[in-house]
Amino acid sequence: METFHIIILLMDATFRVATPLVLAALAGMFSERAGIVDIGLEGKMLGAAFAAAAVASVSGSAWVGLGAGIMASLALSALHAYACVTHKGNQVVSGMAINIVVAGLAPTLAYAWFQMGGQTPSLGGDARFRSIDLPFSDAAREIPVFGYIYADLISGHNILVYLAAAAVPICAWILYKSRFGLRIRAVGENPHAVDTAGISVDLLRYKALAVTGFLCGISGAYLSTAHGAGFIRDMTAGKGYLALAALIFGKWRPVPTLFACLLFAFTDAVQIRLQGVELPIVGVIPVQFIQALPYILTVLLLAGFVGKAHPPKAIGTPYIKER
Amino acid sequence: MMKKIALGLVATAALAVSGLAHAEDFNPAIVFDMGGKSDKSFNEAAFNGIEKFKKETGVDYMEFEVTQVSQREQAAQRMARDDADIVIAIGFAQAAAVEKAAKKYPDTKFTIIDMVVDLPNVQSVVFREEQGSFLVGMAAAMASETGKVGFIGGMDIPLIRKFALGYKEGVMYADPNAEVIENMTGTTPAAWNDPTKGSELAKSQYDRGADVIFAAAGATGLGVLQTAADEGKLAIGVDSNQNYLHPGSMLTSMMKRVDVAVYNALMTAKDGTWKPGIQVLGLAENGVGFAVDQWNKDLLTEEMVAKLNAAREDIIEGKIKVTNYMDQ
Repeated sequence: METFHIIILLMDATFRVATPLVLAALAGMFSERAGIVDIGLEGKMLGAAFAAAAVASVSGSAWVGLGAGIMASLALSALHAYACVTHKGNQVVSGMAINIVVAGLAPTLAYAWFQMGGQTPSLGGDARFRSIDLPFSDAAREIPVFGYIYADLISGHNILVYLAAAAVPICAWILYKSRFGLRIRAVGENPHAVDTAGISVDLLRYKALAVTGFLCGISGAYLSTAHGAGFIRDMTAGKGYLALAALIFGKWRPVPTLFACLLFAFTDAVQIRLQGVELPIVGVIPVQFIQALPYILTVLLLAGFVGKAHPPKAIGTPYIKER
Repeated sequence: MMKKIALGLVATAALAVSGLAHAEDFNPAIVFDMGGKSDKSFNEAAFNGIEKFKKETGVDYMEFEVTQVSQREQAAQRMARDDADIVIAIGFAQAAAVEKAAKKYPDTKFTIIDMVVDLPNVQSVVFREEQGSFLVGMAAAMASETGKVGFIGGMDIPLIRKFALGYKEGVMYADPNAEVIENMTGTTPAAWNDPTKGSELAKSQYDRGADVIFAAAGATGLGVLQTAADEGKLAIGVDSNQNYLHPGSMLTSMMKRVDVAVYNALMTAKDGTWKPGIQVLGLAENGVGFAVDQWNKDLLTEEMVAKLNAAREDIIEGKIKVTNYMDQ
């Protein structure tokens, strides 16, 4: 029972940590499947986190904050599209530029608006997404195993966690079953064929990046208004890059990407749990080693188990008609 | 283009450093460390100290908030070059920068908080954190219903281990059967500024049965305190009095009177009684302690306060020995 309890708690933490990764990785999927490298996920998340926290603290509503976060992320995404679709700029440079600009701009604006040393005021009450208890969770707790899983693992997260869970099948459906998804995949593999069919490559890529911006916005808002309670300098702490790694790890497919995100989050949860715990045979493991664990595991898995990943063929190259 | 940007940066940095008024005869300066002067904790305590000094004497000061490791040295030297009479450096991480600046500007007074720099023009103020932590550890053990309490540290450095050890001894003193769950946030300075990680650590400790957590982790601690409020459990703040942040879930705060240290350094420097060397502030000097105010009077009962005060006397008189992690 004790082990079971620990596993449930670990999974619970995994879901919370994985949520922003899943949303950001799905965001990256739309961009990259349409043929545009997006290392600007980090910057978009950070921008959204700041906008969401700032607006939520002023308006007192987490939903208004979420809207603002999405708008900010969409604007950054549009900037990315303008630079590398309209003007055929280098996609990596543009993405990196977004990361750097936001990392500097967000704390500066926070400093100017709130005078709290680059933070927003901490949010409380309705300015934050609270955890919600699913119906019957208290009654279900009595039922062994399944009821317990339902009450402690599935119930009691905030709405954005459920949203992220729902986003995976929805995105998979859009990408594989809808006309829009087919065209996105086509434009990432062979934009010339799409152009020959009379569909605008540029417009499609703009649309794909809009979806990216939308999902990244939710991901950023989650960090500052649901998981955390306020914006703090550099609060994304590399999660955008981690999401990108998960996307590559998952070979640009929604479900494997989801599992990659869960794996990263799980190692993080284990890392927290293993600190200072006495293990059989080895005893207490030093903090430094435990904290390196997620990275060591990632390197091992990437090196050993993933195999060859095939990126979308047209990724990274701007589409020029008369070639 | 790059040149222009570089020039612009230099200009802004210069503006930020030089600050305001130079008209006064006495010209103090302060360098806050990462986390910033509004971290509601360590740096903010220093800020309150210098603000109090400003209000009482009308003397304005130069300030700088370090946001990058490389700025520390520049900041300390820049202040000294701008004819600061005394430069106050907040935080252990500034030791190297202060040492360099103090050698280069031997006529300038330097006061460093939380670290010892052995030079003729440097005053080092250190606190007996283990004593204050001992008392809040006792409070945690007395308030705990599960017999399990938690500790969350920021960066894994000896200073934070000192907090942890004192806390543990306090818990054991009040309840020998209690269990302490201990976590460190990280091993890099980023560990001071990661509230989501703090919140995850706190959730994990509460899930494991702890019902009181002491957070000694700078801004990361804000996430811990937030989680305590969300989960309806108890938490203990650090450095500044953080009780007001979440009334109802803040058991108390381990106060480290950085404000008093900063204020005293400034006052003595102004009237000429400032002395270099090491100052150790413990319970006896009121340098550390626990916070009782209107926000936590329902949680920290009078009986607990009486016991804590009795233990405080015993520590001052040496009847209770609290181990200093650094002396081990």
